[in-house]
Amino acid sequence: MMTMPDIAGFSMQSSASPPLVELRNVTFGYGDRTILRDVSLTIPRGKVTALMGASGGGKTTVLRLIGGQARAQAGQVLLDGQDVGAMSQAQLYAARRRMGMLFQFGALFTDMTVFENVAFPLREHTDLSEGLVRDIVLMKLQAVGLRGARDLMPSQISGGMARRVALARAMALDPEFIMYDEPFAGLDPISLGTSAQLIRELNDALGLTSIIVSHDLEETFKLADQVIILGPGVVAAQGTPDKVRASSDPLVHQFVHALPQGPVPFHVQGPSLDADFGVDALKGGR
Amino acid sequence: MRWWHPADIGFALRSKAAAVGQATRLLLRLLAGLGYVLKRPGLLRDQIHFLGNYSLAIIGVSGLFVGFVLGLQGYYILQRYGSAEAVGMMVALTLLRELGPVVTALLFAGRAGTALTAEIGLMKAGEQLSAMEMMAVDPVERILAPRFWAGLIAMPLLAAVFSAIGIMGGWIVGVLLLGIDGGAFWGQMQSGVDVFKDLGNGVIKSVVFGITVTFVALLQGFVAKPTPEGVSRATTRTVVMASLSVLALDFMLTAMMFSI
Amino acid sequence: MQPSKTDIWVGLFVMLGAAALVFLALRAGNLLTLDFNKGYEVTARFDNIGGLKPQAAVRSAGVKVGRVKSIGFNDQTFQADVHIELTNGYAFPKDSSFKILTSGLLGDQYVGVEAGFDEKPLVSGDTVTNTQSAIVLENLIGQFLYGKASESSAPKAAE
Repeated sequence: MMTMPDIAGFSMQSSASPPLVELRNVTFGYGDRTILRDVSLTIPRGKVTALMGASGGGKTTVLRLIGGQARAQAGQVLLDGQDVGAMSQAQLYAARRRMGMLFQFGALFTDMTVFENVAFPLREHTDLSEGLVRDIVLMKLQAVGLRGARDLMPSQISGGMARRVALARAMALDPEFIMYDEPFAGLDPISLGTSAQLIRELNDALGLTSIIVSHDLEETFKLADQVIILGPGVVAAQGTPDKVRASSDPLVHQFVHALPQGPVPFHVQGPSLDADFGVDALKGGR
Repeated sequence: MRWWHPADIGFALRSKAAAVGQATRLLLRLLAGLGYVLKRPGLLRDQIHFLGNYSLAIIGVSGLFVGFVLGLQGYYILQRYGSAEAVGMMVALTLLRELGPVVTALLFAGRAGTALTAEIGLMKAGEQLSAMEMMAVDPVERILAPRFWAGLIAMPLLAAVFSAIGIMGGWIVGVLLLGIDGGAFWGQMQSGVDVFKDLGNGVIKSVVFGITVTFVALLQGFVAKPTPEGVSRATTRTVVMASLSVLALDFMLTAMMFSI
Repeated sequence: MQPSKTDIWVGLFVMLGAAALVFLALRAGNLLTLDFNKGYEVTARFDNIGGLKPQAAVRSAGVKVGRVKSIGFNDQTFQADVHIELTNGYAFPKDSSFKILTSGLLGDQYVGVEAGFDEKPLVSGDTVTNTQSAIVLENLIGQFLYGKASESSAPKAAE
């Protein structure tokens, strides 16, 4: 594995070291909609952390805050001790070179082949010769099992394969930290199992830190070392999968046991049953 | 928006002003992207191919037909005053000063402008721009700037081709079909057309139009809502805004350049 | 930068555009007849320049021999000072006359030069006062009416 110069100051230490990512009292919202209210959480180094919660609860927002694509209105988003929100453009780009991000549907560049997609970060950020680039790209594709698809266009491969290519691309510069946005959504069982195994193996073999945003309870709980459940604007639970599963918090309980009724209501706000179906009118009411 | 509520009007004005500010910032970033583009000429070359070469067919054919019509109409009108031989000069001046840059710009907006908007809008919808940002590559530099500069380069060339083919179209109709003296056709044209005043100003116009159309197309794609509907609206807005801007700018430039 | 087959197409496109520009400049425009040699400057004083504009041609015997560089008003003599640039190589006698003429019936106005008989030629910086102003329509009508009036009164006087 190549050693990269320590631009953003990432350090490769054991899991007893300070967390890689930390959110401290972060508040974030759009207009008058607050998505995160005074949220604090930590992502430990070298482990797989799962971020879960109801739709719109702020999971993807956390990823965007960490990646510097959004700026918190209050609080700090610390990446290895440095506040992402306070970074200059150059520092931010340097920090982003050390992280990989997997978007929900892969976000491959549709006008390039699979090979060119994975080669993109290498060609943009390094001065490596084409021969070396080729070797690295093929190695990454081999790790995700798609070396044979190198000359196909993104429109010619399935969704699951596209996501694996995106993973190879995210891994191209050997980042120390990867974020996965819904890696399991819409995959068939085989692809699902493959993806989960890949995430685990890469994390352990390369000493990475991984954050997974997901809705898939079963697969994620099996995979993660730590689970964080986000409620409306707050952290509802944080701990090992077993601890979270046993939590007594009603929101966490509803979520973990997939119950339709609980703190997250089944019925959307609207007119009452009586008003819509005229039960009162039958009784000769208003 | 409730127009009778001052707060709503204020909000609308502020968001319009913010949109204009955002557009200006994008334009400045595109202009500053020249350095990056010169370091990656391959990107520029591919975009010139996409914007320029692919537009040649429509520009060429349109120029030919416009030249035909100008020759025909010009002949009918000038013949009444016994000046039919001035058709060449009339066709050339009309094309070089006005129709060349303007019609080319309008056709370019329709063909290349919409293609640009749709491409950028769909890249945005597919999160490709976001992914590029997360890989520490500035999408404005890498994707937008090459397209901007390619449009700026391609437009004047296309306008020149349009005018040249148009003049030849006028010659075909005037000399070959209607029997005007070929020598008088070219001679009158040469004495009436000034290289710096007519051709030069025409080139300046087409550069300005190239900047306008390409910028509008890229801007609309960049700020489009990432849904199929959003992209569709953005392409419509590109054609409308680019066309109206070109026509308005044409008036202003003509007033500045050709005032007596 | 890797060579690619789009290179050929883009190259052809750019060459086509450049060729179009060259064609327009040479065939449609007057680039070939442009004179880049510096000429020598003389100033001609006119009572009325009519519709003469800068860049207008200066012709002698119908051939272009120079152009009008600029036109100014002289508030000492209350005449128009027309600065003319004559092409090097054409020498005119010092007593040549400069007239403002109209090309065609409704055409542009230009300066016509009629050579005089002096042995010494015009040089740069000279001022020409042997000039004829442009024809102003009102004066022409006035002359005509006056002429008509004197014509009708003359036979009466002769009676």
